[in-house]
Amino acid sequence: MANRRLVDARGSFCPGPLMELIAAMKMAEVGDEIEILSTDKGSATDIPEWIHKVKHEHMGTQEKEGVWHVLVKKTH
Amino acid sequence: MSNRISVMVISGTIERLQMAAMVASVGAVSGNEVTVFLSMNALPFFRKGANTPAPAEGEMGKLLVAKKAPPFMQLFESAVELGDAKIFPCSMAMDVFGYEQKDVVPFLGEPLGLTKFLDDASEGQIWSF
Repeated sequence: MANRRLVDARGSFCPGPLMELIAAMKMAEVGDEIEILSTDKGSATDIPEWIHKVKHEHMGTQEKEGVWHVLVKKTH
Repeated sequence: MSNRISVMVISGTIERLQMAAMVASVGAVSGNEVTVFLSMNALPFFRKGANTPAPAEGEMGKLLVAKKAPPFMQLFESAVELGDAKIFPCSMAMDVFGYEQKDVVPFLGEPLGLTKFLDDASEGQIWSF
């Protein structure tokens, strides 16, 4: 059963949310899911670019009331 | 797949230090081999205990501070810790300022000469700030 962890990077500017996600990814196990919250719109588009570049799995992005939720699965 | 990114930082203003730190950290965590070379007015900010804030060139620099963007020092450290970037003080600037290795922040490597930096930078992208 995969663990899901929430990383709250609301209020942080680029590349703060990406760095917080990567720090959490380093601690996570393969198969774990991380949901990152960001109020920085640039990060909401840049984080999926990073996920594709380093070949993890982007499971989706949703905006709820000005907060972007990006879900990623650690694949390696 | 791995590309080399060489970043030369010589300015002591917050906008340039911030952008250099963004390129170094995002580049390093995206699978690139990043080398940063710190010289001229950039180096004193990496002295241990340095607490003089970098001056702003314009409006953006003031906003970076007011809106609490991630501090450039923290981004450079993340580049090393999360992305294995190598950050070197310029050996000439170390001599001019009279700094020893013990005087600079611990995440910097040994002082690097320009010949070696240029040789390492001969392939890949080169950015200067």
